[in-house]
Amino acid sequence: MIRLEKRPQPSKAWIVFTPVVAVLLTMIAGGILFAALGKNPFEAIRTIFWDPLFNEQFKAFSRPQLLVKAGPLILIAIGLSLGFRAGIWNIGAEGQYILGAICGAGVGLAFYPSESAWIFPLMVMAGALGGWAWAMIPAILKTYFNTNEILVSLLLVYVAEQLLASMALGLLRNPEGGGFPGSRNLGQIDALSNPELITGTGMHWGVVAAFIAVIFAYILLNRHMLGYQIRLTGESPRAARFAGVKPKLLVIFCLGTSGALAGLAGFFEVSGPAGQISIDFNSGYGFTAIIVAFLGRLHPVGILLAGLLMALTYIGGELAQFMLGLPAAAIQAFQGMLLFFLLAVDVLSNYRIRIGHGSEKTGAA
Amino acid sequence: MTPLLTINGLSKAYPGVIANDDVSFDIGKGQIHALLGENGAGKSTLVKMIYGLVRLDSGTMTLNGTEFAPPTPHAARSSGVAMVFQHFSLFEALNVAENVALGMEDPPKQRLLAQRIREVSEAYGLPLDPSRLVGDLSAGERQRVEIIRCLLQDPKLLIMDEPTSVLTPQEVGILFETLRKLQSEGTSILYISHKLEEIKSLCEAATVLRRGKVVGECDPRAESARSMAEMMVGSTLHTPSRKAEAPGEVVLDLRGLSVASSNPFGTSLKDVTITVRAGDVLGIGGVAGNGQDELLAALSGEALATTDAVKLNDVGIGHLGPNARRALGLLTAPEERLGHAAAPDMSLTENALLTGAIRENLVTNGFLKWPATRAFAEKIIAEFDVRTPGPDVAARALSGGNLQKFVIGREILQRPLCLVVNQPTWGVDASAAAAIRQALLDLAAGGAAVVVISQDLDELMEISDSFAALNAGRLSAPRPIKGLTVDEIGLMMGGAHDLEISNA
Repeated sequence: MIRLEKRPQPSKAWIVFTPVVAVLLTMIAGGILFAALGKNPFEAIRTIFWDPLFNEQFKAFSRPQLLVKAGPLILIAIGLSLGFRAGIWNIGAEGQYILGAICGAGVGLAFYPSESAWIFPLMVMAGALGGWAWAMIPAILKTYFNTNEILVSLLLVYVAEQLLASMALGLLRNPEGGGFPGSRNLGQIDALSNPELITGTGMHWGVVAAFIAVIFAYILLNRHMLGYQIRLTGESPRAARFAGVKPKLLVIFCLGTSGALAGLAGFFEVSGPAGQISIDFNSGYGFTAIIVAFLGRLHPVGILLAGLLMALTYIGGELAQFMLGLPAAAIQAFQGMLLFFLLAVDVLSNYRIRIGHGSEKTGAA
Repeated sequence: MTPLLTINGLSKAYPGVIANDDVSFDIGKGQIHALLGENGAGKSTLVKMIYGLVRLDSGTMTLNGTEFAPPTPHAARSSGVAMVFQHFSLFEALNVAENVALGMEDPPKQRLLAQRIREVSEAYGLPLDPSRLVGDLSAGERQRVEIIRCLLQDPKLLIMDEPTSVLTPQEVGILFETLRKLQSEGTSILYISHKLEEIKSLCEAATVLRRGKVVGECDPRAESARSMAEMMVGSTLHTPSRKAEAPGEVVLDLRGLSVASSNPFGTSLKDVTITVRAGDVLGIGGVAGNGQDELLAALSGEALATTDAVKLNDVGIGHLGPNARRALGLLTAPEERLGHAAAPDMSLTENALLTGAIRENLVTNGFLKWPATRAFAEKIIAEFDVRTPGPDVAARALSGGNLQKFVIGREILQRPLCLVVNQPTWGVDASAAAAIRQALLDLAAGGAAVVVISQDLDELMEISDSFAALNAGRLSAPRPIKGLTVDEIGLMMGGAHDLEISNA
């Protein structure tokens, strides 16, 4: 008989160790999945985790992609983690990401063809504001009408996608684009573009913003009253109210911050790697960031590492599709497994496994 | 007297603690047998073994001459053992008959069951309407639901775990009538309590446990309460002492305080009016669920009222939140230690910050001063003798008594003008309870106004200057504790809920 016994306090070692175990279990289960699809599992795993960084043929292209993909994931996940710590579940970062891109790009294009140096900072602010405003919808509905922020924020993603299509086909469509959907390419307009800062690294302003967000989130959670209140609310809402936390303000702050960061990520993407507003501009960063946040244990440094790992599976996954002909759905299932195993293994940080008959879980009274 | 249940050499160990060590005693047929001991002495573990909830490590039990080792409560019930728990397991949104049916192996149809509930409740003087919603019942009535659920199974042995902690003195009297009636019909009762006067009046045999071992057997009728207490604690008891002082200025002034409860089955406060002077200890009694939590929330600032309903030193603060009230000197300690007064998974240092941030000046410009916070936590641990390896330990790792000392110490060390505590010694061992009571008295002697909300009447009698009772959200007028009789207190607490007639 296997039983779980609650630990007197959470095991520090396991908190660090569970993501590693989860990654290993994902590799094993993913290997079985790939084998069932008729591929060599070892080759598939190597293609996903090793080749992007060290294969002579691919590394020149893949290495910079690591930061390009990790940047938005980290930036969004940092914002989400603040809310998740307080038990406020913003599932709609994807929508806030789209709105950030639309607003940022929209402001920039409104000034076209001006070359002023003020435009780019203005676009950054518009991007953040767009994501923030989109997140304020579930925040206000929750605080005033007690709606469920999970549902509202998630459903707003689909609204945002329709808005994106409308923008790409209508308001923001490139007037010189010969009627094709999609905006002007921001990457080709110096004043509006978010260029690679150091050639060959993939580093752009969005990646810089992600690193800054990591540092600020770390300071907020460990050194600041607001971060303490966020953690306290997540652990024990009743104790938080007793400590004078105003739950509604916290909802507004957490959803607002995560929305603004997702909006920033969207803006840096549209002005950099993506280049233009197009119908299918969003590629699931907002959802993948949820996995990144949990994989990183909702801890800023953990999220930094998890974002890099997740980016690696993205790049490696594409490589595996291209080299081995693995279906895209198999790669998505592989990424989903990572979250699944993480949550399953997570039990071990609060519980230990006891095998065999022994003392019951009932505490001595 | 032939024994019904013989317990022989029962032992049970949990990781790090021996809950029961070679416990042996007999319960006679038709005997009311008391199991005495402090919190943590191993009483609950012992009865859980008898009831099949916990498996024993070694030892044997014999019920009616046959080997008895129930693997599950189900097996214990079918052997004729029933138990009324201290904490009820009832669904508030279901009615009485539905709740009773849920606890039965093979419940009859609702209409038949309702009929049987009526019969049993009348036969034993425990009136209960089977169609009422449990959420609308008082704590005493809920206990009757649990008792009747047991009686319907016609038990040979009835185990009662601290049954009187939720009752008014009058209700206690009626419960005892019922228990004596059961005894006269040949049912044995194992009665767990640490209230010695009750045991003296009810029980004919007692087994005293201390740290998991049997340290004495006695006939409670022949002992004094003090001698039994000393058997329980194993040393002479320290009674809190205080000096008489002239009362000071009015510190806390509640005038027409009405607050709706946030819980659908809670009790709203209605027109609570009272003053507390510096140096005074006001004891607020009452059966659980009569507005105690709501009163604490209204004072802590978790529930807001009109500005002038709550005044501190003549300044209206009813509209202020918890931290603004703390800044002015009104501090509180709620009943629920884990999850309300303290966050279970946070360290003691982080929990020291929970209420200490403002008065201890632990925050500058929003940034936390961890070294100062840690020093504050260490000061609480040292001055209130909190037994813990250090301030980095999670709150949930502490025992109830130690965490309670930490919580009360955290508030007292912030030098409150007025301190309000709810159930300060609930589930706390006798020596920690004495230390907490002494600390509250010292605080009052130092010029603070102290309000103690408690369901332990002995505690209130011991430390209060005046006494008031909460009943259905209303607070009675306070009366000086000197000269107050138990009967009068019982009436202030709301009497016995229409019970007098049925047993008369």
